[in-house]
Amino acid sequence: MIREITIGQYYPADSVIHRLDPRVKIVCTLLFLISLFVQNSLSGYVIATLFLVFVIRASKVPFRFIVKGLKAIILLLMFTVVMNLFLTKEGAVLLHFWIFTITENGLRISVFMAIRLIYLIIGSSLMTLTTTPNALTDGIESLLRPLNRFRVPVHEVAMIMSIALRFIPILLEETDKIMKAQIARGADLESGNMIQRTKAMVPILVPLFVSAFRRANDLALAMEARCYCGGEGRTKMKPLVYKRQDYAAYVIVVAYVVLAFVAGRFAPLHIWIF
Amino acid sequence: MSIKLEHVNYIYSAGTAYEKHALKDVSLEILPGQFVGIIGHTGSGKSTLIQHLNGLVKASSGAIYYNGENIYADGYDMKGLRSQVGLVFQYPEHQLFEEDVLSDVCFGPKNQGLSKEECEKRAREALELVGFPEKQYHQSPFELSGGQKRRAAIAGVLAMRPKVLVLDEPTAGLDPAGRDDILDQVRYLHDQTGMTVVLVSHSMEDVARYVERIIVMNRGEKMLDGAVREVFSHYKELEQVGLAAPQVTYVMHDLQERGLPVETAATTVEEAAAEILRVLRHGKRSDT
Repeated sequence: MIREITIGQYYPADSVIHRLDPRVKIVCTLLFLISLFVQNSLSGYVIATLFLVFVIRASKVPFRFIVKGLKAIILLLMFTVVMNLFLTKEGAVLLHFWIFTITENGLRISVFMAIRLIYLIIGSSLMTLTTTPNALTDGIESLLRPLNRFRVPVHEVAMIMSIALRFIPILLEETDKIMKAQIARGADLESGNMIQRTKAMVPILVPLFVSAFRRANDLALAMEARCYCGGEGRTKMKPLVYKRQDYAAYVIVVAYVVLAFVAGRFAPLHIWIF
Repeated sequence: MSIKLEHVNYIYSAGTAYEKHALKDVSLEILPGQFVGIIGHTGSGKSTLIQHLNGLVKASSGAIYYNGENIYADGYDMKGLRSQVGLVFQYPEHQLFEEDVLSDVCFGPKNQGLSKEECEKRAREALELVGFPEKQYHQSPFELSGGQKRRAAIAGVLAMRPKVLVLDEPTAGLDPAGRDDILDQVRYLHDQTGMTVVLVSHSMEDVARYVERIIVMNRGEKMLDGAVREVFSHYKELEQVGLAAPQVTYVMHDLQERGLPVETAATTVEEAAAEILRVLRHGKRSDT
């Protein structure tokens, strides 16, 4: 039942995108997201679409997996679109009934906003789908290393992140097991009012907390037994090293950003109101 | 009280990269009062199989009948089924949550809608059945030793007075003494109450000593199903799938090969010893 949750899920496959250095994927995802939000023309979005299609094809992740991530933001998406559609007052009026007015600008902004949000989710899920959580934290740690100079404990933060990520599936599985065990003892988790349902969570939450603490304790012991004492002087078994494909990826993404920007600026492609 | 599975298939996360065919066309029937052992490797589908028995997991295809009634039929009383078929999970002590042992054991009967007095009566009865010392009834379940925690957790299921008791690896993580204790207690329960017991294990020795019938699972399929001796006579096939018959089976077969005319059907050390002594006492006289 609880296995269905897919936030930050990794999709195992062997593709160029999977093999890229995590730093490349993080930086490029950021660049892509920025390019989406500075974009304000149809031609720019056409190029962004082509670029996304290209990356999705290269990643070998089935399209429906990527779309799954969109389910989570469907409410936010509808809210944004509706708000932009009805609350933008500038521009020529397209439609007017009772207290609602839809203007050309409103329609334009809400469509672009929807595209931005959808591409934002697709772009970032592509990153998490093709990068293992461990590689991702490695990448973040390496990218944030300059902050060490300002006494930010980058290694510790990255370690906390990777442990947290590592424990999500374990705790989900544990929750599933405890839920089943209590249901087998006749626990009723679905019916009743708010208070009854909250009360029904106690037999699940108490064992879950106990087990989370037990696991944390075991992990701390295991780490100490292997002489873990923070990031100082620690080396990596597989240090991140840029390879040729990583530079190529940077070049492609930068080329895309420049192309999208130039196209938006000099060939905005006007069709109707867009 | 029979449980009947017909062509049950179960597929995990169908349609994703993690898809797994956990049960393949499993059909079997567990008769009232039987003491059945289910053995198989990790990932052979035995835990998935038993979660079907009380409807916790719904089969992808196939049917399950409890006392002749299809449990997947519309309006079937699932909650009723779950109090009839008590399922004790692996490491059941991880489900303890109440402030003291007695109220934790009361959780099951309370969910059945029984009065407070009745709950407590059943809880005390169940704790007694598993041999839990009365002076610890009001201790926090988190302060108990591993073996005692497990007894308390098993009592939590027994307090619902199930007709069928299903135990998933009840001895995992216990020392040999604790293991024998728990299994002896389970046998005592079976003999005393006539309850149907299904014992899941990967230890052939444990299973051989206690059960009357063995179901062997391999890669989601039912591989063998029969009386203990009959199943262990297939010890060569068991070996091929990474399981092993009890060590005495090997000893007896070796002895026979080397000319001692013993019967090879013994499955426990005691039986084997008796058989070897019998043959030795009667000299070299062969029965065949």
